[in-house]
Amino acid sequence: MANRTEILKRISGAPLRILTRLGGSDLPDRFHFRAAGERAVYEAVRAGTKLVKTAARAAAGEPKRLAAGKGTGLFDPRPTEEQVLMRDSMRRFAEEVLRPAARAADDAAAPQDAVLEQGHALGLAGLAIPESFGGAATERSTVTNVLIAEELARGDAGLAVALLAPLAVVHAIVEWGTAEQQARHLPPFLGDAHVPAALALLEPRPLFDAMSLRTGAVRTTDGGWALWGTKCLVPLGTRARFFLIAADVRGLGPRLFVVDRDTPGLAVTADPAMGIRGAGLGRLHLEGARVADDAMLGGATPSGAFDLGALVDRARIAWSAVAVGAAQAVLDYVVPYCNARIAFGDPISNRQAVAFMIADIAIEVEGMRLLVHRAASLADRGGAFAKPATLARLQCASKGMKIGSDGVQLLGGHGFIKEHPVERWYRDLRATGVLEGALLA
Amino acid sequence: MIDLEIPKRLRPLVDQAHAIATSVFRPISRKYDLAEHSYPKELDLLAAILDGVNDGGAGASASQLKRDTTPEEPGSDGAPKNRNGGNLATVLGMMELCWGDVGLALTIPRQGLGNAALSAVGTDEQKARFGKRWIAMAITEPNAGSDSAAIRTHARLDGDSWVISGEKIFVTAGDRAEAVIVWATLDAALGRAAIKSFFVPKGSPGMKVVRLDHKLGIRASDTATIVFDECRVPKENILGSAEIETDKSFAGAMKTFDNTRPVIAAMACGVARAAIDRTREILKDAQPRDANLRSPWLGSNADAELARLEAELEVARLLTLNAAWMADNRIPNSLQASMAKAKAGRAVTEITLRCVELCGATGYAEADLLEKWARDAKILDIFEGTQQIQMLVVARRVLGKTSAELR
Repeated sequence: MANRTEILKRISGAPLRILTRLGGSDLPDRFHFRAAGERAVYEAVRAGTKLVKTAARAAAGEPKRLAAGKGTGLFDPRPTEEQVLMRDSMRRFAEEVLRPAARAADDAAAPQDAVLEQGHALGLAGLAIPESFGGAATERSTVTNVLIAEELARGDAGLAVALLAPLAVVHAIVEWGTAEQQARHLPPFLGDAHVPAALALLEPRPLFDAMSLRTGAVRTTDGGWALWGTKCLVPLGTRARFFLIAADVRGLGPRLFVVDRDTPGLAVTADPAMGIRGAGLGRLHLEGARVADDAMLGGATPSGAFDLGALVDRARIAWSAVAVGAAQAVLDYVVPYCNARIAFGDPISNRQAVAFMIADIAIEVEGMRLLVHRAASLADRGGAFAKPATLARLQCASKGMKIGSDGVQLLGGHGFIKEHPVERWYRDLRATGVLEGALLA
Repeated sequence: MIDLEIPKRLRPLVDQAHAIATSVFRPISRKYDLAEHSYPKELDLLAAILDGVNDGGAGASASQLKRDTTPEEPGSDGAPKNRNGGNLATVLGMMELCWGDVGLALTIPRQGLGNAALSAVGTDEQKARFGKRWIAMAITEPNAGSDSAAIRTHARLDGDSWVISGEKIFVTAGDRAEAVIVWATLDAALGRAAIKSFFVPKGSPGMKVVRLDHKLGIRASDTATIVFDECRVPKENILGSAEIETDKSFAGAMKTFDNTRPVIAAMACGVARAAIDRTREILKDAQPRDANLRSPWLGSNADAELARLEAELEVARLLTLNAAWMADNRIPNSLQASMAKAKAGRAVTEITLRCVELCGATGYAEADLLEKWARDAKILDIFEGTQQIQMLVVARRVLGKTSAELR
């Protein structure tokens, strides 16, 4: 057994970090750390990690990429022990922080500052950032990302997207950034303050094809770039400090550009939608937005070759994981409700018409989850995952929506009013199959 | 560590099963669909090979569903042990065989459902004594199908013999098998607790195959009606205890299903895979352009429909592998076994019928196998528990209800 320090080191950026970050709040108490030892080990690890962080800052040169991991060659549906620890922590955070904040965020079409700060304190960025930049990532962690997305979305899909949006930026920079871009952009995500940033891919047109972008970047006379086009339903749009914007470059193909919020030629407006409102969706209007040459992620060098297809696939895996979480939330909610709701003298769940609908939800949630996990685990191993990702998205879009709809149906009129969250899940689950990019697993 | 791929160790087995499906099953598939009730003698050689493989301990078969002697793989990082054993091997092998022909797979000698039941509930001594035979399973009666607790076939002890009387229908391989495991009640008034299973060799006095059914599909497999008229078998032929205790013993008998339901689900996955593969071949001739995976709106309606069917099949397949893996690792899997069976049963029916539709006249005519697969598919949503029974099992588990509350 690998020692516990190693395991905790990997998740040292995770919920345990809250202990020190928010030492004065009551949040740490809510995490109910079982063993006092966990905390002690954590403190030791944390001290060590800080040293690594400062030492490695100077190192540059080749960009740091996360390598594919090795499997055991055995079929296994279980997450690792470390992933289970993390999943449980995320589940508690989702139950105790996200779910209570969900309604207000949905009404306001914006995430609460406190939620973003608490979410940042989970330290998830540390899991995505390579060790040489002070993070804890050693290899690809698509499965871990998927488990996190599932659990957060089980609390609330909109807020989950808000919390995951900066991580997508981190993932993209790790995957495609130059060494210089990594050194410049990654460390701030490990700081004490939340860094709002988002990845913008989706464009507002029917039958949107993620593989052919209308947003374009053209060379400027001073050697920089000018971006033209519109990006929509961008998470944290209303507050992100910078965006990673996907645009087509003539002769090069699609690329990502780092664009600061206050860049001349970029206007941001709110873009509230049917659901996922807690993510604070925004629309980016690019009218010749000028950025420097080095704003292009990875530059024009081979090592930074950007792969839009991989981005689209990883985004679809992440959105599918969000759908799994939201669909699971529906199941969790309708079981006790239908067991308690009496009609014609019996719980309505004693009738097959109701019971079978719930059984169907249970079967389809499990099926969706397995498809997402398979795509994610293939991605971690460096296997081809385009097709599994497509199948996962298809299934999560259709069955997820069916589950959202059945959730409202099972509550009848009560499902239609905002006293219960099922109407929100109905709206949120329609995002799967519509929203592209924005998240990365 | 999450990994849902076919384990490396079992890939040779999958390849072998696929080769059998291709070179043994497919060439005679239509022949025995048309010649219902004639025995596919081509399978004798195959059965002999499978026996050899199983005796070598490396096989995937009905009798390996529970008896699992594969060594446990050490877990990495102190993780719990992970066993990829007989159940996983069996469902993976079955998917491939049924990609070839499900009717033929159901009538491979010595691979009957009775063999699975014996290895699930028989004593070691019984397994040794009965195990080398082809054993069918007789549960359903003219007036008791899904409600297997309502069976009326009864058994009474008379000296050193059990005396069994009643009528069993829908016995898969009931004519060809060398023995039948029969469910009978010791006292109909006592309900489930009194239901026991008995090993009845062919030729036992009072046992008679009275009829072979003509069917919609799986016509290569015989389906028999067997009458037991004061049929006598030795006292030791009862499987499990002769005591009427609680509902426990019935639950024990039902446990067989936890192992066999994923196998039926695997059959469904194999047939569905065959239909999708064939449809892709046929449609490729009709429209040579590959569907663009990442741009779903740009493809044809047929592309989109095939992708949707693929996703449904993939769900069924992964639910099946998951349920079998749980059985291998001794994790209770009634819920997951029923989920797999429910999903795979409805998926294979939808997929094969849709593939016939997509391929038009080519799909509907006997010149191709698609129409046959669509007929074969339907039974997979019925035997070993209908769709509706699986939904009851799932619903009761998810909602925490008894069979009295949710009927």
